[in-house]
Amino acid sequence: MSTPTAAQVAASVRAGTTKAADVVERHLAAIAAREPEIHAFNLVLADEARARAAAIDEAVAAGHDPGPLAGVTVALKDNMCTRGVPTTCSSKILEGWKPPYDATVVSALQQAGAIVVGKTNLDEFAMGSSTENSAFGPTRNPHDTSRVPGGSSGGSAASVAAGFAHMAMGSDTGGSIRQPAALCGVVGVKPTYGYVSRYGLIAFASSLDQIGPFASSVEDAALMLDVIGGHDPLDSTSIPQPHPSLTDAIRQGVEGLRVGRITDLPEGADPDVQERLEAAFDALEAQGAVIVDVQVPAFTFGLTAYYLIAPAEASSNLARYDGVRYGMRVEAADTNAMYGVTRAAGFGEEVKRRIMLGTYALSAGYYDAYYGKALKVRRLIHDDFERAYQQADVLLTPTSPTVAFKFGDKGDNPFAMYLCDTYTIPTNLAGHPGMSVPFGSGAGGLPVGVQILAGTLQEPVMFRAAAALEREATK
Amino acid sequence: MSERISAADVAKVARLARLDVTPEEIERMTAQLGGMLEHFADVDALDLSAVEPMTQPYPLVNVLRPDVVRPGLDHDEVMAVAPSTLDGRFRVPPIIGSDS
Repeated sequence: MSTPTAAQVAASVRAGTTKAADVVERHLAAIAAREPEIHAFNLVLADEARARAAAIDEAVAAGHDPGPLAGVTVALKDNMCTRGVPTTCSSKILEGWKPPYDATVVSALQQAGAIVVGKTNLDEFAMGSSTENSAFGPTRNPHDTSRVPGGSSGGSAASVAAGFAHMAMGSDTGGSIRQPAALCGVVGVKPTYGYVSRYGLIAFASSLDQIGPFASSVEDAALMLDVIGGHDPLDSTSIPQPHPSLTDAIRQGVEGLRVGRITDLPEGADPDVQERLEAAFDALEAQGAVIVDVQVPAFTFGLTAYYLIAPAEASSNLARYDGVRYGMRVEAADTNAMYGVTRAAGFGEEVKRRIMLGTYALSAGYYDAYYGKALKVRRLIHDDFERAYQQADVLLTPTSPTVAFKFGDKGDNPFAMYLCDTYTIPTNLAGHPGMSVPFGSGAGGLPVGVQILAGTLQEPVMFRAAAALEREATK
Repeated sequence: MSERISAADVAKVARLARLDVTPEEIERMTAQLGGMLEHFADVDALDLSAVEPMTQPYPLVNVLRPDVVRPGLDHDEVMAVAPSTLDGRFRVPPIIGSDS
């Protein structure tokens, strides 16, 4: 693609050679042309984006530096709070709600000179892998509009793939950044748990959720993470230490890097995806990396443990939607009845299913048998990964077992959809970072992503491998 | 039909979750949740007696901050988006009602 990267745009807006206003108009024109077909956004913030661009251009003219993301357009997943701007989680239950505060990432983007162009569609409360679970209708994959963009951050991935914004923000609880990134052919990063503040991210499963970027290049993703990463006193789970620059890290090669192949990885990836994974190992080896075999035996239990732990946490987090303080209410004779009818009317089917599963797993008599055991499996997965990272600096797997699939393909079987996240989920359970990098195409010419995994706070080495894959993919 | 969860369990869980469900939903959810819980069989086969549960990835420690006054949320802004208010407070239906 000939469109300039976010890094290039920021540099030329800061230098005064490009006007932020022109950048914004270009993206708004792209949105006007294709958004009706794609439906990446729940809300486009055209007036706000224009006003921000004008302020940035004025700052530059007055000799001020608007920041490292000056004039860079960003699409925000609609589960991140924006003060005075509707934030829906693509759920009817939050329809009409306007948060009274900004998420920390939103403030960080503002301070860095970025321009928010809209709030993107998602599977309701980030529960899904196709964005089909949105109360406001699905998002379509820009590469083939008969296919899903992945999910849950499908709107964010599609907005970058369609050129609606330079970058987008997503959240990843079990693969919700990496899987749509793979299906839409963009870079998507789930950082280490606690790397990015979650203050103002509407909670799904608090021990798993993490915010991360979508970008059209590894360098842009690094630039974004350098801006949004770091400690936030408003998030008690944010890691209280500074992070090394990732934009510096990607300038190093992969000579001597130990790249792990998980020999006991669960099967199920399509041959076209598997073929790209093999090509990725070859590409890194050709650039000087060493391929090593590792085992992560508990990887295979990830999906099962996740589908107890995430719903359990969700059932607790979503208890707050009770029709009292925010969002919709269905009136009833007493408070208890009001809760029941409000929640029945406000939540979609998948959200209800997970609330039910989670409530069951936490209920008296079943806690030890399900939730308690799942937490022990989580420990096994974490420890297996830690052992693997003693032998390898990064691990390579497919991101998604398949390329983008057609709408309705997974039918009425929830578990068929859950299998989309087989390769992404274990990382969330371990708390480690992972990212998806576009690496060629598979069936039907659709994008394939390769997933790079690394140990806690090993983002620099993960990004080095990502940059090396990108060099090969864009040759 | 799975033996892991019954329709009566599902109805009870729905009450615990404050979620009104129709008889059709109970039937559908019993089948779907049962199907999902079946996948837990491979975990049941593991010996986990010596494994410590892991609740979250990062070792949490108590954090203290200086006791400095900082602005909270704006009261009017918060109340403006509430479903129902009365005299600057959240209005709810009777707490003790006809249900029980």
